[in-house]
Amino acid sequence: MTIDWSALGEVFLVSFGTSVGVIVLFALGVSALAAPTADPASAPGETAQSVTPRPAASRALAVLCFLTCALVAGYGLYLIIVR
Amino acid sequence: MDVIVLVVIITALVFDFTNGFHDTANAMATSIATGALKPKVAVAISGVLNLVGAFLSVAVAETISSGLVDEMKITPAVIFGGLIGAIVWNLLTWLLGLPSSSSHALFGGLIGATWVVAGAGAVHFGTVVSKVLVPAVLAPIIAGVIAFVGTYLAYRITSRAERDKVTSGFKVGQVVSASMVSLAHGTNDAQKTMGVITLTLVVAGTLPSGSAPPFWVILTAGLAIALGTYLGGWRIIRTLGKRITEIEPPQGFVAETSSTAVILVSSHLGFPLSTTQVVSGAIFGAGAGRRLSEVRWGLAGQMVVAWLLTLPAAALVGALAGRVAETGTAGTVVVAVAGLAIGGGIYAVSRRQPVDAHNVNELPADQPRVAAPTA
Repeated sequence: MTIDWSALGEVFLVSFGTSVGVIVLFALGVSALAAPTADPASAPGETAQSVTPRPAASRALAVLCFLTCALVAGYGLYLIIVR
Repeated sequence: MDVIVLVVIITALVFDFTNGFHDTANAMATSIATGALKPKVAVAISGVLNLVGAFLSVAVAETISSGLVDEMKITPAVIFGGLIGAIVWNLLTWLLGLPSSSSHALFGGLIGATWVVAGAGAVHFGTVVSKVLVPAVLAPIIAGVIAFVGTYLAYRITSRAERDKVTSGFKVGQVVSASMVSLAHGTNDAQKTMGVITLTLVVAGTLPSGSAPPFWVILTAGLAIALGTYLGGWRIIRTLGKRITEIEPPQGFVAETSSTAVILVSSHLGFPLSTTQVVSGAIFGAGAGRRLSEVRWGLAGQMVVAWLLTLPAAALVGALAGRVAETGTAGTVVVAVAGLAIGGGIYAVSRRQPVDAHNVNELPADQPRVAAPTA
């Protein structure tokens, strides 16, 4: 009876890295989009302004995060289909 | 082709069908629970992707037919007995709403039938332990740890963001992640039936030893599991989606992403890994990652008992069915009729308290929800 511990270790490490990577990126993307926005009508004063970075920068960050997630998912699909 | 071979192939497809509706929950339970997908839409997507997945990989099918039992010593009757054992256990656990492993049921049934007909020597116990039991024990732990860390980080990162936008963002993500689980499930689980049918054809002398599954085997196995998936095992969906913990979209996304990674990576390395145990582990991990106290750990105990019983229970039924079927055509007919009667009986009992697409997200009064202030 031989148990391939290195293969199981590999399963854990690759799965861990991929999942946590995608989850962190997706969470960053979502929070970039969902940052409390500076709505001048409802949020007077400088507090709202200081919480919110420039919207364009947030949006670019979100797009970058989601694109990376999509690339990882696409690579997963590529591995299933082509190998 | 002998009548018994035909009977075995049909039984294998019936098993595949039960595998499908038993395991719909794995891919779609959390998406249905969070409302990311409507129940009917979820099972339709899952069914189609299971069919597609069946065509993408045959690695596991080859592992099963050439590793677990000695192909020279078993007969189609043995395989038939094993399948009956697996189907009976699958139906029983479905009735109880317990997400037990269809893989273990199949392995158990085959092992029991082989053991009683051809002797213990025809079962490769070393292979059973190293390729089935050890990965199956570690799979839920691996998936649980990953989902726990992932959930913790996801909530940490999004803690300052607007809750509604976060929720809707993760709901969109869930559609993709749930689809990935379905595809991964298809590349893994439909293989089992292909493996069994191919094994039967090899045993009957129709195919040479070590053959890959023929096209019609891949097609029928894919269709059977897809149909089963579409009909949906609503009882188990309720257990995984609602009874373990009150799932929020970020947790659903994390559980599905972790499950996908573990299933795909392990499938890539040729382990016949139990999707059920990976997904259950991931949901417990995702629940604990948000708040430990909101996870119904008692249910974990029930699941572990069901998992421990699966292999021996299916083996017992498989051994009995295999022994009777081995006596000849009359024996095979007796087993088939008994199997149909048990299946019909379980279905009749299930109709007393039906669970379907309409009430899947409602819990009966004796199973109150875990307090979920932020739901």
